Amino acid sequence: MRIAARIPTIAAFIAVPFAASAQNWSDQPVDPAAEAVTAVIAATYEEDGRHFTEDDTPTFKVAEDGTLDWPSFSGFRRYHAECHVCHGPDGEGSTYAPKIKNSAVNMGYYDFYDVVVNGRKVGNSVMPHFGDNPNVMCYLDDIYTYLLARGVEAIPRGRPGKKVKKSTTFVEDEDACMG
Amino acid sequence: MKRFLLLSAGLTVCAGMALANDDLVTQMEDSSQWAIQTGDYKNQRYSKLDQINKDTVGDLQVAWTFSTGVLRGHEGSPLVVNDVMYVHTPFPNIVYALDLKNEGKIIWKYEPKQDPDVIPVMCCDTVNRGVAYADGKIFLHQADTKVVALDANDGSVVWEVQNGDPAIGETNTATVLPVKDKVIVGISGGEFGVRGSVTAYNIADGSLAWRAYSMGPDSDILVDPDNTTHLGQPVGADSGMNTWEGDQWKIGGGTTWGWYSADLEENLMYYGTGNPSTWNPAQRPGDNRWSMTIMARDIDTGVAKWFYQMTPHDEWDYDGINEMILSEQEVDGQMRKLLTHFDRNGLAYTMDRVSGELLVADKFDPAVNWTTGVDMDPNSDTYGRPAVVAQYSTEQNGEDVNSTGICPAALGTKDQQPASYDPDLGLFLVPTNHVCMDYEPFRVSYTAGQPYVGATLAMYPAPDSHGGMGNFIAWDNVKGEIVWSNPEQFSVWSGSLTTKGGITFYGTLEGYLKAVDTATGEELYKFKTPSGIIGNVMTYESDGKQYVGILSGVGGWAGIGLAAGLTNPNDGLGAVGGYAALSDYTALGGQLTVFALPN
Repeated sequence: MRIAARIPTIAAFIAVPFAASAQNWSDQPVDPAAEAVTAVIAATYEEDGRHFTEDDTPTFKVAEDGTLDWPSFSGFRRYHAECHVCHGPDGEGSTYAPKIKNSAVNMGYYDFYDVVVNGRKVGNSVMPHFGDNPNVMCYLDDIYTYLLARGVEAIPRGRPGKKVKKSTTFVEDEDACMG
Repeated sequence: MKRFLLLSAGLTVCAGMALANDDLVTQMEDSSQWAIQTGDYKNQRYSKLDQINKDTVGDLQVAWTFSTGVLRGHEGSPLVVNDVMYVHTPFPNIVYALDLKNEGKIIWKYEPKQDPDVIPVMCCDTVNRGVAYADGKIFLHQADTKVVALDANDGSVVWEVQNGDPAIGETNTATVLPVKDKVIVGISGGEFGVRGSVTAYNIADGSLAWRAYSMGPDSDILVDPDNTTHLGQPVGADSGMNTWEGDQWKIGGGTTWGWYSADLEENLMYYGTGNPSTWNPAQRPGDNRWSMTIMARDIDTGVAKWFYQMTPHDEWDYDGINEMILSEQEVDGQMRKLLTHFDRNGLAYTMDRVSGELLVADKFDPAVNWTTGVDMDPNSDTYGRPAVVAQYSTEQNGEDVNSTGICPAALGTKDQQPASYDPDLGLFLVPTNHVCMDYEPFRVSYTAGQPYVGATLAMYPAPDSHGGMGNFIAWDNVKGEIVWSNPEQFSVWSGSLTTKGGITFYGTLEGYLKAVDTATGEELYKFKTPSGIIGNVMTYESDGKQYVGILSGVGGWAGIGLAAGLTNPNDGLGAVGGYAALSDYTALGGQLTVFALPN
């Protein structure tokens, strides 16, 4: 929640153009080995169960036995409540919205955050703004890291099988955020 | 409020406007026309045309095509009135009038200006289920809930009225019901905490006649506590509030986006209400009346004659909005006026549509497992209630628990795609889904205009079956039995059409228009159209020739999961990708294809 609390002020000032346009069934592919991709996903340190990259952006962690970090599992749940009616199961896209698992990787944390908070329009392809929706905002880092993991296929489609136990910090942050 | 509504309704009748709709009734009785989305007020989707029949359908050819110019999910169908075809599109909801006497030349085109911000507030694509006709007007109910009456001759706006507010998640996908001097409209937004309602506007000028909410005080839900009944008993005072905790009813769902039917003799209109909000049952204790309810209301006043709540306290998103098909059939040696309804919850209900008596409630897909059946004993305390199987109860399993293997999935054994009825055979022909799910409810907080869901779910083809995600079935509504069942690879998301030629048409998500023998299900014809079909088949006659029309354009609810294919998380890694992805078969489209026999 440290990052989440800090970002909105930054996001308000950043307006980065996007390379990925809203196309369905035909989205920018992701190469998990590419250097740019590694930079966005590689976990270097952990705080209270959440993992971060060298650039202090949140990321996922899959242990050798396939156990997923709790926040990314939480992202799986919230994604399938708030996002999947447009972006499809497992971030795979639908007939009318892009394959967001790829978008997350290609956009990186700050651009992703900005679009979720503020929304955007490309003709009649419209991403709504979720900035005032606690069901999204309280779990935005979770949803982002879940989609990163899907984008590089670090976890398969469907419900993640094994996950780390929810940390007490996560519970406290969740309660404080959801009110 | 109620007094005013009744008064205004009375005045309208006095002014003689009740006759305005004789035109539509005449058009509906003429089988050369397709004057209403549902075929007729009974929603039978049956045509007396028989030039294309069991023996000739094999020769069917494409006669002409028309591109709508929009690449989104195309639900509903065109209308044909007085040799003019009216074609609608998904958002931005364009309407075209095509001259059938002049090779389909465009007579007029109407394109409303709508704020694209409404798009993401619509659950599941920007579909629209078509325009309606009455009294020389074409009625369009736009995505942003504006109801527009257009002059059928030139497309000019006669009147328009704003029915809801997209800023709080109120949108529209449905057609409207023109009946007597009114046009009756519904609302969508069950996943945004909208409180559902049905509203009647006067056809003459668009003024409000009445509005009936699905939950709330008696003055809002338009009931007479002593005379409105539920399974034969008066509903009593405050029935729309006393099965809710606190103010939850204010964001209670029960939206009304299905197809409506009407019985002019009884002066009743029929429809069903959707799921209660949220999908997390723990946050809304109680039966949540009158969500998930079949409703019979007086056409003039909106006051309810009877209700039947099919799924009290929904735990699975089994909206009750599917169409009510009216028929006259013999039951135990007596002719009855029946209402037949294929619910999302996997049960098919046959009711006496005059009294609201429940006659039959049976599973129309053997995979259905969340209930063991409905209590049919009028003397029982649980009369009319489905017995819930604990293993599949997301309420009993609780928040943050993933309930697995629930059949059907949230999209139901059948969604809105309307069934048809063959009055000669007494058979219902039903497009169905054969999909199951895992469902995990969790805490969710409400923000106006934002999704209000509170559950995560995974869907996959029904296990231990044919592996496909759909069936097209024939149903006996008196016996409560499947007569025949054709497996389909994908959910059948197209409304069917049955004709006196002994055949039934429906579309598939791969894009096929199929014709089958109504009595046996034997496939007699298929043709692959340019995109997946989620529209409804219609037929008309022009210059002595019968035509069959269908809109192609994949999308809608089906476009969410099926685009990338569904997987069963319980099957583990090996099955991933094992189920067919619709994107391997079809791509986006927006086209009308019209078929006829060769000259």
